[in-house]
Amino acid sequence: MMICLGGRNFSQRNKGNQVHNDTLCFLVNLASLCETKNMTSEHILLPEGSLEKQTTTLNLGPTHPATHGVFQNILEMDGERIMKATSTVGYIHRAFEKIAERRALYQITPLTDRLNYCSSPINNMGWHITCEKLLAVQTPKRVDYLRIIIMELARISDHLICSSIMGVDTGAFTGFLYVMQYREMIYEIYEEVCGSRLTTNMGRIGGFERNFTNKAFQKLEQFLAEYPKTLKEFENLLTRNRIFMERTIGCGPISAERALNYGFTGPNLRAAGVDYDIRVHTPYSSYEDFDFKVPVGTTGDSYDRFLVRNQEMWQSIEIIKQAYQKVQGFKGAESEVYHADVPAYYLPEKKDVYTKMEALIYHFKIIMGETEMPVGEVYSSVEGGNGELGFYLISDGGRTPYRLHFRRPSFIYYQAYPEMIKDSMLSDAIITMSSLNLIAGELDA
Amino acid sequence: MSLTNEIIQQKLTEKFGEQLSHWEQTYGMLTFIAEKDINVKVLQFLFDDEELKFRFLTDLQAVHYPDNKGAELAVVYHLHNLVDNVRIRFKVFTDIAKPDVFTATSLYASANFMERETYDFYGINFVGHPNLIRILNVDEMDYFPLRKEFPLEDQTRVDKDDDMFGR
Repeated sequence: MMICLGGRNFSQRNKGNQVHNDTLCFLVNLASLCETKNMTSEHILLPEGSLEKQTTTLNLGPTHPATHGVFQNILEMDGERIMKATSTVGYIHRAFEKIAERRALYQITPLTDRLNYCSSPINNMGWHITCEKLLAVQTPKRVDYLRIIIMELARISDHLICSSIMGVDTGAFTGFLYVMQYREMIYEIYEEVCGSRLTTNMGRIGGFERNFTNKAFQKLEQFLAEYPKTLKEFENLLTRNRIFMERTIGCGPISAERALNYGFTGPNLRAAGVDYDIRVHTPYSSYEDFDFKVPVGTTGDSYDRFLVRNQEMWQSIEIIKQAYQKVQGFKGAESEVYHADVPAYYLPEKKDVYTKMEALIYHFKIIMGETEMPVGEVYSSVEGGNGELGFYLISDGGRTPYRLHFRRPSFIYYQAYPEMIKDSMLSDAIITMSSLNLIAGELDA
Repeated sequence: MSLTNEIIQQKLTEKFGEQLSHWEQTYGMLTFIAEKDINVKVLQFLFDDEELKFRFLTDLQAVHYPDNKGAELAVVYHLHNLVDNVRIRFKVFTDIAKPDVFTATSLYASANFMERETYDFYGINFVGHPNLIRILNVDEMDYFPLRKEFPLEDQTRVDKDDDMFGR
C-alpha cells in the first residue's frame, strides 16, 4: 500500500502529526498525488491495455527450485492454464566454442565435461572419438570395451537422475533416495578410474590414462550385483503407481513427426516412437559387438519418456555385463592394453619422461600444445545421455581447432518446450520439463 | 545401404547443375557447396525427394574465413536421412558485408534456435526468420563474438613469444 505514496508528502505530513495511521496517510497522500499530477480522474491509471488483458504473466525461473537448473520461461497464464510460453536461454553461457579455438585437443576435454554434467564421461569419450576420427587412430578392442563400460555407467547415472527427479516432481521422494546411492557408487568407479567424480576429464586421445585397477572392477561387480535390485524396487514404486501415472500420462506429448521436425534425438525421440539410436545406426567404439535392444515408446508423453529411460537403464546394465565379460576374456599381454599407440597425442608415462629423450620430447610437445593436426573436417556423434551429441571439428592444420561446434541435444529440443506445454497446467509444465532431461550446462554451452 | 553418395551427387547435379560445386567426401561424408540463394531450394529438394529423404536437420552452424574475400562466412548444414542412415553436409558462403541467407525455419522447426545461435555468434541475417534475436549472449551486445577478428587472448601481450610457444 505504501508504494504509491509520494515520498515528499508522506514525510512532511508525518512530521506534523505522528499519530496518523497508515490508512489515513494513504488516503491523504493519494489525494495529493492526484492533485500534483493534475489528474481529474479519481482512479489510479494502469498501463495501457492492462484492463483488457485476460492473462497473467508469470516468470517461471530462472532460479525456481522446480526447474532444476537455470531455465526461464515467461508464461502467459489464464488461471492455471498456460496460453503461451517464451523461453529465455543463455544464463550460464561460457563461450566454449570460442575458448576451444585457442586450446590444444587435450585441453578441450574439460570443456566437454561441463556440457551435460550428469554424464560427463560420455562427452569425454565422444570428444576423444572425434579426435581419433580426425587423426585416423584405431583404438584396440579392450579400450573400446572399457569405454563402453564407462559410457553405459554414465548413461545410467544420467537416466536415474532424470527418472527419479520426475518422481520428486510428482511428489514421491523415496525413489530418488534409493537410486541416488547408486549414482554415488558410479561416481566411486569414476574416481577409481580417473580420480574425479562429476566433471571427470576422463581418458585421453587413444585410450585411458591408466589401466583400470582391480578395485575399479570390484566396485563395478558390486554395482552390477546390487543395482538391478534397487532399480526394480524403484520401478515398483513408480511405474504402476496410480498417482504417478495420472500425473504423467498425456502430459507434454509430442508426435513422432513433430519430434523429428524439432530435431529430437535420444530417449525423447524414442519415446515418441522413432527407433533412432546412434549406438545402432552408426556404431562407434565397437557397439556393433553388443547385443541390446532399443526401447521405444508410442505417445511421446512424459510417462513414455520415463519408461524408455528405465528400460534403457536395464539395457545399459546388460551392455556393461557383456563388456565386462569381454574385458575379462583378454589374456596375456592383451589384458594390459589400455591405450592405442599415438605418441604424438598420448602422454607418455612419467618414468619414461625422466629417462628417455623421445618421451620427454613428446611430453613437452603435448603439454605445450605444439602438435600440428592434419587438415580436415569431421563430424562425429555419440549417443549422449539425452540425445545425439555431435562434434563438428574443422582443422586447418594448426595446433588448435579452427572451428569446433558442439551439437548439443537439449539446446535443440528445448525449442519444442513452449509448444509441448501450451494449453496445459502449470504443474504439468514442470513435469514435462523434468521428463525432457534438460541440462542447463548443455543448453547454454 | 542402398543410397550411396554417388547417387545423391548424381541426383543433385541433375536438379541443380552448376549451382552446386566442390564435391568432396571427407571422412565418408558427402560435402558440397551450394550457391547462397538456393540453400532453401536444396533443403526442400533433399526433403521432398522420394529417394533422398533427408528429413532430419542434425546441425546448423557457421564458420568464419576472414581471408576468403567476398565470401567470408559459411553456413554449414548437416542433414541426415534416417531411413537409409546417410548423412550429408553442405555449405553456403556469404559476404560478411551483407550476410543475408534464407532461413530454413519454414522446413525445420529445429532451425529456429540454431539460426538464432548462428546469428548471435556470426551475425548472419537469416531472411524470413520469425524471431531473429540473440539467444546465448546478452541482448545489448553489439558485435558477433565468434568471428575471427576477436582474439581470445589479449593480443597486446609482449611477455609471450608466439613464434616459439604460441598456437
